[in-house]
Amino acid sequence: MSDAIKAATLEYATRLGDDAVVLGHRISEWVSYGPFLEEDIAYANVSLDYVGRARMFYTYAAELADDGRTEDDFAYMRSDRDYRNLLLLEMPRGDFAYSQVRQLLADVYYSLVLPELAKSKDERLAAVAAKAVKETKYHVRRSRDWVHRLGDGTEESHKRTQKAVDQLWGYTHEMFDMDETEQLLADNGIGVDVSKLRDQWHKEVSAILTEATITVPEDSWAVRGGRTGYHTENLGHMLTQMQIVHRSHPGCQW
Amino acid sequence: MTPEEQNFMRKINAEEKIEPKDWMPDAYRKNVTRQMSQHAHSEVIGMQPEGNWITRAPSLRRKVVLLSKVQDEAGHGLYLYSACETLGISRAEMIEALQKGTAKYASIFNYPTLTWGDVGAIGWLVDGAAIVNQVSLQRTSYGPYARGMIRICKEESFHQRQGYEALLVLAQGSPEQKQMAQDSLNRFYWPALMMFGPHDSESAHSAKSMEWKIKRETNDDLRQKFIDQTVPQIEFLGLEHPDPAIKWNEERGHYDHGDIDWEEFYSVINGNGHCNRQRIEHHVAAHEEGAWVRDAITAYNDKKNANKIKNVA
Amino acid sequence: MTTEKLELFEVFIRSKRGLDHKHVGSLHAEDHAQALEYARDCYTRRSEGVSIWVMKSNDICASQEDDAESFYDPSDDKPYRHATYYVLPDPVNNM
Repeated sequence: MSDAIKAATLEYATRLGDDAVVLGHRISEWVSYGPFLEEDIAYANVSLDYVGRARMFYTYAAELADDGRTEDDFAYMRSDRDYRNLLLLEMPRGDFAYSQVRQLLADVYYSLVLPELAKSKDERLAAVAAKAVKETKYHVRRSRDWVHRLGDGTEESHKRTQKAVDQLWGYTHEMFDMDETEQLLADNGIGVDVSKLRDQWHKEVSAILTEATITVPEDSWAVRGGRTGYHTENLGHMLTQMQIVHRSHPGCQW
Repeated sequence: MTPEEQNFMRKINAEEKIEPKDWMPDAYRKNVTRQMSQHAHSEVIGMQPEGNWITRAPSLRRKVVLLSKVQDEAGHGLYLYSACETLGISRAEMIEALQKGTAKYASIFNYPTLTWGDVGAIGWLVDGAAIVNQVSLQRTSYGPYARGMIRICKEESFHQRQGYEALLVLAQGSPEQKQMAQDSLNRFYWPALMMFGPHDSESAHSAKSMEWKIKRETNDDLRQKFIDQTVPQIEFLGLEHPDPAIKWNEERGHYDHGDIDWEEFYSVINGNGHCNRQRIEHHVAAHEEGAWVRDAITAYNDKKNANKIKNVA
Repeated sequence: MTTEKLELFEVFIRSKRGLDHKHVGSLHAEDHAQALEYARDCYTRRSEGVSIWVMKSNDICASQEDDAESFYDPSDDKPYRHATYYVLPDPVNNM
């Protein structure tokens, strides 16, 4: 592996780890707040999948970095300016419709990214992706069914769902942006060219939203910056909470 | 005794299980319903004190462990609500009783979790105490309850170990971490002993529950078992035992221990713990916020079914 | 075929008090009451049970073989749900 490829792969694994831990954390905020017990249990499963995925990507990133850092150093010892997750994933928990709409937008995205990544020439990335693909099928079914129920349920649930879609839509565009790092990896058969997935994503999400009687928004606004560490105000608060114990006891084991 | 009562008592005495469709005395039904729903509520309310630390767990490994443990509590609440429904009460009715305060839950969950150490202490001591009780309940006379307990005990085997392991790391860690472990032990030890309920002589439901084999061992016997098993575990951690009176009694073959502060026990049961109001308010708030979601499901299904009928016709 | 008008029922038997009902097989009957009687005749000829449940096969919604990967595999990489994952020293290993 050349130095340039290695550095890019480290950055890439970190990004994917950041994505997974941030969304996993947001979902975990639902535990004991769900609309009924079954949902507490089901949502916790999705959270476990995402945090588990983060651990696999970070572990690989730590191996590539080879500087003594562990998965926890990646998760707990980097500030929000260092995090490289997609903005969509760091948005607050919101109400149940907001969370499920975000989940749909993300789940469909990963259901397209991961099968591509599973073909990566980098065996480690491919192996993590191959594992994650399986759980993602279940995730998409879950969030799709929820968006159907909420969108086509009562007047109130419809209103909440439409509002969530309208509020989150502008954060989805950056999911398909490529930068130099990702282009280098895509050119070398290691990373996924996400710019090619936009149409398919739009088609699948639109079909689900339409069936749920939800209007697909116009692409009238877009916020970008997650991959460069230019975040919304939400991530700082999230990380403050997530990292407080770890950082209060430097160098300690848990 | 009526023939039904005779048959019922014959099954109890022969260690046969009572099953949902069997005849049973009203008082038995009421007693099992009370105990099982209280147990279910405890699992569900128990999600809160530990859930309080999910977003602050100090490592990713601890985060997934805690998350899956709290998820198990929800699962166990679900098993128990379902088992209880076989007695003719609905989950909605049980939840209403919990929120109105007519049904109780384990008082231990009215204590606050103030540090990460408390997550370890709860797993080790609170789940440890619960397991002592639940192992005994695997032989309870009501079939669905006994089967639920077998499943729960099996799943729960990791709860106590992960808690103890977390405390062990703290006890062997920095001075601040060790202090954290000692503080958690001090705050949760006595409330854990109180989980077994009042002394047998004071327990309102004990005698009948024993006769009907709903309960299989007395509060005091189970408590003693727990006290005995905990002493070497505390020693191994290198922490100070919170009970200065703890002393091996050769003659009894058990540890003697200091008096439990029952005044505190009743005070917390009667609503004066740090978190009594908070726990119920949290449950009510989540339940009420979920109402529009539950309504949406109903409306969606109604539409779907209406469409089906239309298509058939 | 006389069974054409009959419906398919699934049969569950509790072999002993205190145990779960277990699926043992299915049969054809015209309604629940008849299914229960047939279940007795067909599945408990050697006193295999103390209690029988029957339900219409059509009322069962089953998971699909194709879903197996997405349903069950994600649990494989969660070893921390098992007690054996936590290695404790001998003196305290009995919990």
